[in-house]
Amino acid sequence: MVKVASNKTKMREQPPEERIRNFEEVPYGYSMEEAVAEANRCIQCKKPSCVQGCPVEINIPEFIRLIKEGDLRNSIRVLKETNVLPAVCGRVCPQEEQCEKYCILAKKMEPVAIGRLERFAADWEAQQGDAEIPRMKKPTGKRVAVVGTGPAGITVAGDLIQLGIEVTMYEALHEAGGVLVYGIPEFRLPKRIVAREIAHVCRMGVKLIKNVVIGTSLTVDDLLKEYDAVFIGSGAGLPWFMEIPGENLNNIYSANEYLTRANLMKAYRFPEYDTPIAHGKVVTTIGGGNVAMDSARTALRLGAKRSIVIYRRSRNEMPARDEEIHHAEEEGIVFHFLTNPVAYHGDALGMVQEVECLRMELGEPDSSGRRRPIPIEGSNFRIPVDVVVVSIGNSPNPLIPNTTPGLETGKWGNIIIDEETGRTSKKGVFAGGDVASGAATVISAMGAGKKAAKSILQYLRDGKW
Amino acid sequence: MIQIVDRSMLVPNIHLLTLEAPLVASKIQPGHFVIIKANEKGERIPLTVADWNREKGTVSCAFMQVGRSTRKLAALKMGDEVETFVGPLGKAIDINRFGTVACVGGCYGIGSIYPVARAIKSAGNRVVSLIEARSRFLLYWEEKIRQVSDALIVSTSDGSKGEKGHNSDRLREMLGEGQSIDLVVAIGCTFMMYAVSEATRSFGVKTIVSLNPIMVDGTGMCGACRVEVGGKTKFACVDGPDFDGHEVDWGLVLARRKAYIRHETVSEEAS
Ligand SMILES: Cc1cc2nc3c(=O)[nH]c(=O)nc-3n(C[C@H](O)[C@H](O)[C@H](O)COP(=O)(O)OP(=O)(O)OC[C@H]3O[C@@H](n4cnc5c(N)ncnc54)[C@H](O)[C@@H]3O)c2cc1C
Ligand SMILES: Cc1cc2nc3c(=O)[nH]c(=O)nc-3n(C[C@H](O)[C@H](O)[C@H](O)COP(=O)(O)OP(=O)(O)OC[C@H]3O[C@@H](n4cnc5c(N)ncnc54)[C@H](O)[C@@H]3O)c2cc1C
Ligand code: SF4
Ligand code: FES
Repeated sequence: MVKVASNKTKMREQPPEERIRNFEEVPYGYSMEEAVAEANRCIQCKKPSCVQGCPVEINIPEFIRLIKEGDLRNSIRVLKETNVLPAVCGRVCPQEEQCEKYCILAKKMEPVAIGRLERFAADWEAQQGDAEIPRMKKPTGKRVAVVGTGPAGITVAGDLIQLGIEVTMYEALHEAGGVLVYGIPEFRLPKRIVAREIAHVCRMGVKLIKNVVIGTSLTVDDLLKEYDAVFIGSGAGLPWFMEIPGENLNNIYSANEYLTRANLMKAYRFPEYDTPIAHGKVVTTIGGGNVAMDSARTALRLGAKRSIVIYRRSRNEMPARDEEIHHAEEEGIVFHFLTNPVAYHGDALGMVQEVECLRMELGEPDSSGRRRPIPIEGSNFRIPVDVVVVSIGNSPNPLIPNTTPGLETGKWGNIIIDEETGRTSKKGVFAGGDVASGAATVISAMGAGKKAAKSILQYLRDGKW
Repeated sequence: MIQIVDRSMLVPNIHLLTLEAPLVASKIQPGHFVIIKANEKGERIPLTVADWNREKGTVSCAFMQVGRSTRKLAALKMGDEVETFVGPLGKAIDINRFGTVACVGGCYGIGSIYPVARAIKSAGNRVVSLIEARSRFLLYWEEKIRQVSDALIVSTSDGSKGEKGHNSDRLREMLGEGQSIDLVVAIGCTFMMYAVSEATRSFGVKTIVSLNPIMVDGTGMCGACRVEVGGKTKFACVDGPDFDGHEVDWGLVLARRKAYIRHETVSEEAS
């Protein structure tokens, strides 16, 4: 057997001191040579364990083999058989917990850089111009409405249109793409990539109607009068606050607001763009997930001298992707672990000035399996701040459930579905992605979209519920 | 793209835009608002609706030019288009048989109170409308509002028309004289709504105000529009925008409106 290099082929990146001053993407991606070198590390297992770690079961060894052979056209075809958004997933999937975690090499050395290779193949395709339009089935005369244009909605729309079903996507905002456009920053996922994917489904014939809020502009029942089925992929867009004193002071944002202003509204280009955002010298982000990392890193790029992350557990429990934590550390983000805010203090104009925190220690594991943080009595201390970004989680927006009789929801306002089929409690209505699972991942939203598309097709054929 | 089918300057600084938006027109109810974004680089700003025509599929908004975004809108001509016009948003005002209802408007709210008065009147209530402006040349829609009211009371700060003073003064007088008012609904500048709530508070007359905090999405996704009502944090865009004026934390509403004071100056200078 040939000897396999023990480390992943490095991906060139913008140096930290440079990139914190711009919104350009951080990694440059592999060159052809680098990609082939990395592809050569894959030993082409007969029973590839990586695939079981992939929520959509991409034929990983096959797409990597095709890269090795320089047959990128077919490599991207293999990827797209099961993953309609490889350029997105290659950049944002938590590979270390999925495919790469299960890669056989990971037992002895670094796993194959599956995510980087996926990104490479997808970026190659983008350079070739518009993506291929797949073979489309004959029109069936059936019509489906998709609510929301995040990864779940895009997947359902893309799958159904190919099956000869007329699809209309409805989006509340003025741009399609869901969290991929309003949440995840440009430096991690360039917006042109998302725009290209949206354009692709539209070229296949999907109709996109923006600026329509389902639940108010039109209800789900209105849609059911016009369409044979409805898919709800409206995400988990409702931001949580901690409900502690002073939280409504000015310059305390939810991560959703902070990132929406920066990304979707392009506040980083104010005053060329009209939407403002607070530029603080010291910005403090509360939380430890991807959303928190994105907020803290955005703050640096908006000119913060010091960007602090406050997290109530320790580094080991942080739910963010490894790469994000690594990049954040390289960029000089300051972490206060085992720390939790208890109050905010402001000035006479109502601007936040200080965050008051408690130190924590870790106790027994809780229901999430992570050790529970316990406050240390009397350990209060204050950090001076100009801007705070609260990034402690999101749940589904109640707008649709509240206006849709017969649609059952769970404890967190999530729409209850049958996991295998995406069926809700209401006939003809399917759901999937974050609106059903609660805030999760791009790939799980796509996986849910795939399942729903299949069962929507079944339902359109036999009308059985 | 949404087309402007009519536009006019109602009074200096207050404009009326009528847009072709059949879907919004078919669903809109009094108290709802819309979000409008003039062009690609524009901001999403909320406006209450002042009128609509379901047959023609049009919606009208009265707005006051106060900063960059409203100036962009004021510069639009008939036939021009805006990039985004989304709605209806928020909760509609609960229309019921209340008895006597005072419909109170000031600045842009003179426009916004009109459809509220109309709906409350046609539900069989006695409507007393109160409108105010700094001076008589800033008053508009008096006739329109009179037609959907049993009485119209006009106030101006300088006394150039109607009574001198404010809507809140009139309410205090009316309630002080023992006139019976079952409900007050007020729309307009924050300070006017605050003053009205203070005027009615000691009389215990329920007072609904239409809060106008800074917003971004208008669908409950960002929390920019946080207000405190009865000690609880609410998102004005989905939980409101109408709230009980006696329960609102007005200091917070006023402070949060000023969050971007510095940016607003920069924005004005840049344009
Ligand atoms: C800042 C941030 C960073 C993240 N980073 C990662 C990451 O690195 N890796 C990863 O895998 N996941 C990440 N996630 C999570 C991931 O983005 C989501 O799990 C995923 O986008 C969910 O997809 P979805 O299609 O269910 O919903 P969304 O992407 O949320 O899309 C829902 C869409 O529906 C629209 N909508 C909502 N309500 C209505 C309505 N009433 N009418 C019409 N339209 C409506 C919304 O505007 C939105 O466009 C991140 C999330 C955030 C917020
Ligand atoms: C639900 C809702 C409904 C609204 N309906 C209307 C409406 O029908 N017509 C209308 O004209 N406006 C309405 N507003 C207010 C309107 O959205 C703002 O005036 C607008 O966003 C200002 O944008 P700008 O860029 O022009 O001004 P900015 O540059 O954002 O503001 C300039 C200055 O004016 C102040 N200011 C802005 N608006 C007001 C106000 N209403 N009262 C007191 N001070 C203010 C700001 O605090 C700031 O100091 C509504 C707001 C909400 C939340
Ligand atoms: S487990 Fe690793 S080495 Fe084996 S096929 Fe998958 S990527 Fe290649
Ligand atoms: S405006 Fe964003 S939540 Fe209300």
